[in-house]
Amino acid sequence: MTTLTSGSPDTERSYAEYGRPAWRRILFSREMAIIALLVVVVIAASLRVPKFATPVTLGYLLFDITPLLFIALAMAPVMITGDIDLSVGSMVGLTSVVVGLCSASALPIPVAIVLALVVGAIGGAANGLLVTRVGLPALAVTIGTLALYRGIAVGLLGTTAVTQFDKWWTTLVKARIGSTGIPVVVILFVVLLAAFVLMLHFTPFGRGIFAIGLSKDAASFSGVHVNRTRLVLFILSGLMSALAGIYYALYYNSARGDNATGLELQVIAAVVLGGVSVWGGRGALHGVVAGVLLIGVLSKALQLVNVTSDVVSIITGALLVLSVIAGSVVSWAQSRRVRPAAAPAKTS
Amino acid sequence: MTTVPVTSTPGIGARLAGLARSRETGIFLALALVIVATTLKNPDFLFSADGWRNLLLNPSIVAVVAIGQAVVIISRNVDLSVGSIVGLTAYLVGSLFLAFPQIPVPLVFVIGVVFGGLLGAVNGALVAFGRVPAMVITLGTLYAFRGINVWWTGSKRINASDMPDGFLDLGTQQFLTIPVLTILAVVILVVVAWYMANTRGGREFYAIGSDPDAAELYGLAKTRRVLMAFVASGAASGLAGVLYTARYGTVNSQVGDGFELQAIGAAVIGGVAIVGGSGTVLGAVFGAYLLLTINSALPVLGIPDFWQRAVVGVLILGAIVLDRVLAQRQSRRLHEERSAA
Repeated sequence: MTTLTSGSPDTERSYAEYGRPAWRRILFSREMAIIALLVVVVIAASLRVPKFATPVTLGYLLFDITPLLFIALAMAPVMITGDIDLSVGSMVGLTSVVVGLCSASALPIPVAIVLALVVGAIGGAANGLLVTRVGLPALAVTIGTLALYRGIAVGLLGTTAVTQFDKWWTTLVKARIGSTGIPVVVILFVVLLAAFVLMLHFTPFGRGIFAIGLSKDAASFSGVHVNRTRLVLFILSGLMSALAGIYYALYYNSARGDNATGLELQVIAAVVLGGVSVWGGRGALHGVVAGVLLIGVLSKALQLVNVTSDVVSIITGALLVLSVIAGSVVSWAQSRRVRPAAAPAKTS
Repeated sequence: MTTVPVTSTPGIGARLAGLARSRETGIFLALALVIVATTLKNPDFLFSADGWRNLLLNPSIVAVVAIGQAVVIISRNVDLSVGSIVGLTAYLVGSLFLAFPQIPVPLVFVIGVVFGGLLGAVNGALVAFGRVPAMVITLGTLYAFRGINVWWTGSKRINASDMPDGFLDLGTQQFLTIPVLTILAVVILVVVAWYMANTRGGREFYAIGSDPDAAELYGLAKTRRVLMAFVASGAASGLAGVLYTARYGTVNSQVGDGFELQAIGAAVIGGVAIVGGSGTVLGAVFGAYLLLTINSALPVLGIPDFWQRAVVGVLILGAIVLDRVLAQRQSRRLHEERSAA
């Protein structure tokens, strides 16, 4: 650790000298690398893949990744605190079943939506309380609730599926903005994105999230309500999964117990690809959104050239592994480069 | 820290008391309870030839995977790719029989185990040398291995008629009414359990899992141990792939899908703490038997099998909460003992 505690003008100036300038910090980041990769893939796909750069394709692409986008928004802060939520896919299934059961018993869709959100919040709170109050590791808890929530979803509906929903609502979910091909749900996503960006990057609460990920003890000593923050994030994760579940039921016109099986792995893959550290403490939402888009664009482009989904999963897996390995290599290289320069600061 | 009480080797009485309190005994009793309750409802569950065989046979494949998984978790890692390794090996075995119908069965076992071990080595090398979390790496290889499997297999399917009878008989043969596959699983269990409990190498896994930094300062070869744990897990999954092929006779591209959660669930239920450093492979195997026996017991007990997964979830949560409560009580007792001394 450097001796910067004295706060004398001298040390502050030398600290600024050793830090990288802001434009470099923003430009040479993990997030920018993913965004650049996304741009390259989009350009390549538009040039090489027929029918890729059309409103219709864009629309279907966005429809496909909407559940991923919703959940990734909440998964990112959870992972930045160093926790993880593996139960999201099961929660999507469970809440889609809730919407289906409401629709089957002729309740209006708004009631179904509220009920699904309540179920999502309760499920998220259950995860959060087991992690914070009982003090269990998030990985173990959410493996348990992954099985539990999926089990309840499958138990409630069995092998049947509800396929009848209020026409007005399904049309709304499938609607596009004019002739642009962009789904109307994207508006909801943009609003939520703005809310999450504000929360994570522009509030003391958000700074607390990063602090928790770097060191729970230090965060606690600095006055961050560690357990309350983690609980809130788990509830948000449940709520966003419920939103994705509602979307699943209405967009695919189908409420089934096995909806969205395995979605948790895709979400985590996208979030990690987008630059969120699995150790916690670092990440940004523009990277996360780019990560989801990258996976979506790749699958859609490959699907259009008749490459089957298995190749997409090879690419997803390889990208995930490469992105963490690259991060690890870069930080190793940086630590080698920075260390000699930082040495004089240590002795000052 | 100057007045640490000298601990002597425990006597027979203390050992018996320890055995009675151990997690493995608890899980075994729970398993016995499930079997007794189900058998009372329908005697065929235990006392028919089929019931007895299925009870022993069905969980043994997951049990083999759980043994490897337990070693990985004890070293404070996790291997999510086991299901994909099982699938890829199963298809490799099927293809070997298609290409070389005369291939000797023992050679197939060796190839399966070595192939699984190689896939495990990929995981292990990435985790140990890349210094990245095992969860992310094995999540990536879960996708990649399964993707390769689907790419290779497509919608093809290898059927029992493509495989020699000598191989398929392994899946049905019994020795003193005990299925051969179960005996194989028990042999592996005994070897690994002995290694983990009594050898220097086995104890190093626990040391690394309890505190990786301390283990490294102490001079343990952390990188090599972590690599070994993943190779072991891969080899166990490879063997499970061979066993799966022998047991079921048909292989498509989805073999082993979801095994990772069953294996991790089995280990966690069996008392292998997800944060590493504690638990035994015996517990993991009992966990696997408990999980899968409950699955087959539920329909007999009149609970629709749709609720199986919910029960599994409750079991996992119950097991980790129990672990936590026991650990807290233990640490309180140790504190009291120390302040009393």
